[in-house]
Amino acid sequence: MAVYNTSDFRKGLKVQIDGDPYLMIECNFVKPGKGNALYKCRLRNLIRNTVLDRTYKGGDALESADIEEISAQFLYRQGDMFFFMDNSNYEQYELSADQVDDSWKFLRESTVCSMLLFNGNPIGVTPPNHVILKVEYCEPSVKGNTATNVSKPVKVETGAEIMAPAFINQGELIRVDTRTCEYVERVKEY
Amino acid sequence: MSTHAPANTLSVSKSIDASDNGAAHLPSELDSKWRPTASLERLRQRAELLSRLRAFFAQQGLWEVETPVLSTDTVVDRYLDPVPVQPPCASERENFWLQTSPEFGMKRLLAAGAEMIYQVTRAFRQDEAGPLHNPEFTMVEWYCVGDSLERGMQRLADLCVAVLDCQAPTRLTYRDAFLQTLALDPHTASLAELKRCAASANLQVSDSFLSADHDEWLNLLLAERVQPRLGVTAPVIVCDYPASQAALAQIRHDERGTRVASRFELYAQGIELANGYHELLDAAQLQLRQTQANALRQSDGKARLPEDNRLIQAMQHGLPDCCGVALGFDRLAMIALGAQQLSDVLAFPIDRA
Repeated sequence: MAVYNTSDFRKGLKVQIDGDPYLMIECNFVKPGKGNALYKCRLRNLIRNTVLDRTYKGGDALESADIEEISAQFLYRQGDMFFFMDNSNYEQYELSADQVDDSWKFLRESTVCSMLLFNGNPIGVTPPNHVILKVEYCEPSVKGNTATNVSKPVKVETGAEIMAPAFINQGELIRVDTRTCEYVERVKEY
Repeated sequence: MSTHAPANTLSVSKSIDASDNGAAHLPSELDSKWRPTASLERLRQRAELLSRLRAFFAQQGLWEVETPVLSTDTVVDRYLDPVPVQPPCASERENFWLQTSPEFGMKRLLAAGAEMIYQVTRAFRQDEAGPLHNPEFTMVEWYCVGDSLERGMQRLADLCVAVLDCQAPTRLTYRDAFLQTLALDPHTASLAELKRCAASANLQVSDSFLSADHDEWLNLLLAERVQPRLGVTAPVIVCDYPASQAALAQIRHDERGTRVASRFELYAQGIELANGYHELLDAAQLQLRQTQANALRQSDGKARLPEDNRLIQAMQHGLPDCCGVALGFDRLAMIALGAQQLSDVLAFPIDRA
């Protein structure tokens, strides 16, 4: 297993702590003129998404985490399991609802997501920044109301509820920002 | 287990990008890497600051010297790693180093009879890079024969006021700095007390701290909890460091009978600017400290540094009683110009060097 020494520490490093993969999201080098070097690190657990603050001293080392990022297409959902496929080699992966987390809201069939593999096993999935979803149900729009500041909940084809402007109608397609879960615009086609 | 450089960090992607800043990878950003990171205005102001500094030294009667940056001698410090260099002129058995400070060369000049000298030079330290560190930096160092510890601190305070146009620096002992922030006496606290103090200050540290010694815990507490509060309203000079952190300073007993180093540091806005000593004069004591530092380096898994150097010879000949101070000029410029990081006052930091 490869090892990173403190002099290799930097933002973006993927390391293993107590068996979990972490992404170094901050690394602050502190060193008194006469004294040991300190590396104040902030690490994000790539499985639990929790954040860990930890100070390392010069000479410490962390094991690298075998993290691979692939593109995987969402196939279907069966109960609490979500099935994906790596289009480059047709390898199939399944994730639990826990692992998929809030991303389920944006997963319609054949959406290509970015998937993280830790030691070859999927640990999480991120949909594209924008997805287009069909409005499956909403209250009818108020005629003549084109104001964008009045919004209402609409239910999209994945079953998620998203706040959209009041003029949106059932059956229409909307573009949604997956990072904020916000409506972006109305579109004509997928 | 093998070691390798993190060349395989993932390319920028939405899901695991640390910065969320994809723009940094656009060609236009890459193309501008030839540009200085500091504005030309700041670089001009930096030059003015250096003129003021030189004027201050001239007015105080110090003259400017130049000593080698490349030398077979190097300071032996547990935590300072000099950059090894092999110049073409060197025989295979000679190791040269880029200097971590001009200390050795300048003290040799003092032993040869110089009395009031200063230098503006480049210093190099391996593996030191960050918002407040650049592996190559500008150091201003001065020595005044006859300066007592008190006189040495006063001269540093005068310089600070002259070049920064600031309030006169306040004074604080290392002990009081810890007492004020952490209610802990750094000279008497046991290892267990230091650990408890770090825990109650919410410091989360790596497992390797389990075997850390006194000085490592003190450094952690200083860097993380004490230092950020130092020199916030006015610069402050902290003195009387633990004897174990004397480096090349004399050791004496303070008024409480504690063995302390006659060492002082200037802090402004939580940033360490300068480090001074009432200089150690005893060659045998220097040899002893070098041996101790090398033993610690070895236990830290670092290479030993040569202990046989020309400073020892100079001190055997006789180094006059003096104070010496080293000041990080880039950091001084940062404070003077209201910059947030070194790259704001450096033309080309290491990643653009």
